[in-house]
Amino acid sequence: MSAGRHDTPHHPKWYRPPISIWWWLKKRSYAAFMLRELTSVFVAFFAIVLLWQVRSLAEGPEAYSRVMARLQTPLFLALDVLAFLMILFHMVTWFNVAPAAMVVRVRGKRIPDWALAGSHYAAWVLLSIVVAAILLRG
Amino acid sequence: MTKRATPLLWMTFGIGGTIAALLFPIHVLLNGLLFPLGWAAAPSYESLHGLVSHPLTRLYLFVLIAFPLFHWAHRFRYTLYDGLQLYHLTTLIAVICYGAAAIGTAVAAYTLWGIS
Repeated sequence: MSAGRHDTPHHPKWYRPPISIWWWLKKRSYAAFMLRELTSVFVAFFAIVLLWQVRSLAEGPEAYSRVMARLQTPLFLALDVLAFLMILFHMVTWFNVAPAAMVVRVRGKRIPDWALAGSHYAAWVLLSIVVAAILLRG
Repeated sequence: MTKRATPLLWMTFGIGGTIAALLFPIHVLLNGLLFPLGWAAAPSYESLHGLVSHPLTRLYLFVLIAFPLFHWAHRFRYTLYDGLQLYHLTTLIAVICYGAAAIGTAVAAYTLWGIS
């Protein structure tokens, strides 16, 4: 990837038409690509929220209720709604490209794309139920 | 060094993306929305603390935090690279992204290790 970016010795300067940094707004599919890449920001945001909750659990009941109170503020609720939507977008795009990223064969026959993507969704439903059952137990 | 690290970074990107896709929606919905809003009964401090003191839960939380952080680092690095075309800052961006993920991972490991 970096190979083409630099001038090669004994080679005339590459001609590269300048591309605007807003190139991804020119087409819907480019914008969808950028949106998909930006879901990672919300993945990181929520990983940090989880870490924050775990740290407060380690510190004690007062710290834990302080963090819970912060999560009830409009700012965090809005961020979490946005994070939820972005992470769902990440999930759908991730599962739908899974068949392209991994080819699974059973007895020499390739598992069809729909079955491979479907197995990811099935695992998602199952894991969500398990997590919900544990956390909602009280 | 970067060349040799690429497969490893790609692998953590893949694992982290899969973990985030499988488990983050339900955790955002519960931990981030339904529990703070009071629309579902949040577990008490004692029961959560009891849950987290189990080694398997701690391993789960470590995996749940660390891999998605590296997923972010890898993806966001290339978003800046492709989107903002900051080719001259490639190394700096990589150091900041993977460095932040590594710090988060270290804090998670330290915290989870110390919970008694």
